[in-house]
Amino acid sequence: MSGIPHDHYEPGTGFERWLHRRLPIGGLIYDTLMIPTPRNLNWMWIWGVVLTFCLLHQIITGIVLAMHYTPHADLAFASVEHIMRNVNAGWAMRYLHTNGASLFFLAAYCHLFRGIYYGSYKEPREITWIIGMLIYVLMMATAFMGYVLPWGQMSFWAATVITGLFGAIPGVGESLQTWLLGGPAVDNATLNRFFSLHYLLPFVIAGLVVVHIWAFHTTGNSNPAGVEVRRTSRDEADRDTVPFWPYFVIKDLFALAVILAVFFAIVGFMPNYFGHPDNYIEANALATPEHIVPEWYFLPFYAILRAFTADVWIVQLAGFVTGGIIDAKFFGVMAMFGSIFVLILLPWLDTSYVRSGRYRPMFKWWFALLVLDFVVLMWAGSRPAEGIYAIISLIGASYWFMFFLVVMPLLGVLEKPLKQPKTIEEDFRAHYPAAKDSASVSE
Amino acid sequence: MERFMAHMQVVILSVLLLAIAGSGHAAGPKVHIEDVAFSFEGPFGKFDEKQLQRGLVVYQEVCAACHGLKFVPFRTLGDEGGVGLSENAVKAFASGFEIYDSELDDFRPATPSDHFPANDTVDAPDLSLMTKARAGFHGPGGTGLTQFFRGAGGPEYLVSLLDGYTGEEREEAGTLLYANTAFSGGWLSMAPPLSDGLVEYADGSPNTTHDMAMDVTAFLAWAAEPKMMARKRTGFTSVALLLLLSVLLYLSNKRLWAPIKNRENS
Repeated sequence: MSGIPHDHYEPGTGFERWLHRRLPIGGLIYDTLMIPTPRNLNWMWIWGVVLTFCLLHQIITGIVLAMHYTPHADLAFASVEHIMRNVNAGWAMRYLHTNGASLFFLAAYCHLFRGIYYGSYKEPREITWIIGMLIYVLMMATAFMGYVLPWGQMSFWAATVITGLFGAIPGVGESLQTWLLGGPAVDNATLNRFFSLHYLLPFVIAGLVVVHIWAFHTTGNSNPAGVEVRRTSRDEADRDTVPFWPYFVIKDLFALAVILAVFFAIVGFMPNYFGHPDNYIEANALATPEHIVPEWYFLPFYAILRAFTADVWIVQLAGFVTGGIIDAKFFGVMAMFGSIFVLILLPWLDTSYVRSGRYRPMFKWWFALLVLDFVVLMWAGSRPAEGIYAIISLIGASYWFMFFLVVMPLLGVLEKPLKQPKTIEEDFRAHYPAAKDSASVSE
Repeated sequence: MERFMAHMQVVILSVLLLAIAGSGHAAGPKVHIEDVAFSFEGPFGKFDEKQLQRGLVVYQEVCAACHGLKFVPFRTLGDEGGVGLSENAVKAFASGFEIYDSELDDFRPATPSDHFPANDTVDAPDLSLMTKARAGFHGPGGTGLTQFFRGAGGPEYLVSLLDGYTGEEREEAGTLLYANTAFSGGWLSMAPPLSDGLVEYADGSPNTTHDMAMDVTAFLAWAAEPKMMARKRTGFTSVALLLLLSVLLYLSNKRLWAPIKNRENS
């Protein structure tokens, strides 16, 4: 598929030939699994397999949970307790599913920042990147709606706060919010539609994952050196790549097993670590929790949402220019969605012709700062929006936009890149010299 | 370059984990939560059957007057790894509670298949999930990682609350409030429920306020997480199997890649 010269499927047995004439599924599976993969991929290239596992894991545990869950405002909370107490291994299904969401997002963030550092989004992989970002947005929607289903206090109030964001849109906001909720406030109608969509969206994600994989199987994988696999001859391609099976399958499964050992330790010994105690209190529209905090994986964007308050000059300017249509609340909503939108635009905001951050001496530091910024925003998002936290959020949010809108376009012009290896083989041999005495070199 | 990236990965991952961990809570008013030790904390922690049975008595004789336990079925009192009552003891215990039966349209004695009754006579919160609905501490440095060994402090909060009455009272809008060092805001409408010697244990175990607070909290911790023992067992089995699988895959991977990494030519 990838245009890299490699072996193709040959139906061997009579049955295979019979099937291949009618449905070439053997060829599809063979070519997908045997795709020539750059042999210099490092440990940051394991997250795709981890993410695929996460999606399957969430779908399987989720389907079992749905067999025992009741999406009704009066019964949902009790049905979750029914799962925890009466259903065989129900507690395991639920704890695996809730913690599975955290693993899913942790892996997604590692995958995403790997893509940024190694320029995986650059020509010709823009479509892979955009599909990936769509998957990420759908993941956020799915996770948010899933968090509402247990109908605890945080479920209810998170739903109230987040759907309230749509209410901030000038003119149509209120009608839109009512339409989304199925009524004037979060209630049974909201719970029902969230359950329906929470069940639907993962399958949409699965479809997009197929497209995501299809896209990068067409272009070939990116790799840490940022140079392309040589396609001019079979021999050169072979020296740059190894087939995905078994080399990367085994490597990725090893990484997955280690990650799952940690995951199961959390599920077994501290399953409520990522949760919030308030969600063990049944939803109550008359009692607002002291602090409404989203799940950890939303916090950076939550911090950006709250960062732009009415006293920030750019908010005041926007309000002045638009004659008050854009107020602080709407500005915050735009900033939050914008912070994800700039990620989608990244292939065109980055002007450097060098893919890999390894050979970009200035980019490296701006990137490190971006990761730090993400973590600081996450932390600030968990704090009350006042005093020093508000200032930190504003600085963090400003850097986020500055990185994508100013730093990335300028660096391509200002930066003098380091010398890149000419081929993947050269990069690989730099790590693993061909001599026999290199046994001590480890990855 | 590679080293830079490798360091970055470690830094990113650890900072990310810390941030995730620290994100779960926000600073509240100063309250005192005593970090008491329970038998069920940590990966090796187990419920103490005798303590749960004592706690059940305290719940029945004291707490049940105002607080329900509506998610807990009586039959689970007989489960292994929990309170561990015999079948007959469960039956006898359940029949001590009156529950409303919609088919009879009347009250009748409860059977093991019923749940503990809900109780909203004075609007007191249900206790089925109370130890998971509160958190006592988040250390170290707000990461909450001590949870692994000591839990999130929900049980500690309950003990501190039951132990935390200073004896001061004040009246506010016709309601009597009681000063408590564990309660956020400092004043609580629940009168001190326990006093030394209030409940006589059949086995003569010590029954100071603190002892009873510990016992009833242990019972409520079981009520909130009745499958804890099975969960930890599963944790050990799955982590052990996954570590074994990791070792096997590591060795397979090393062997698989050796010719690729060491080959003279390609």
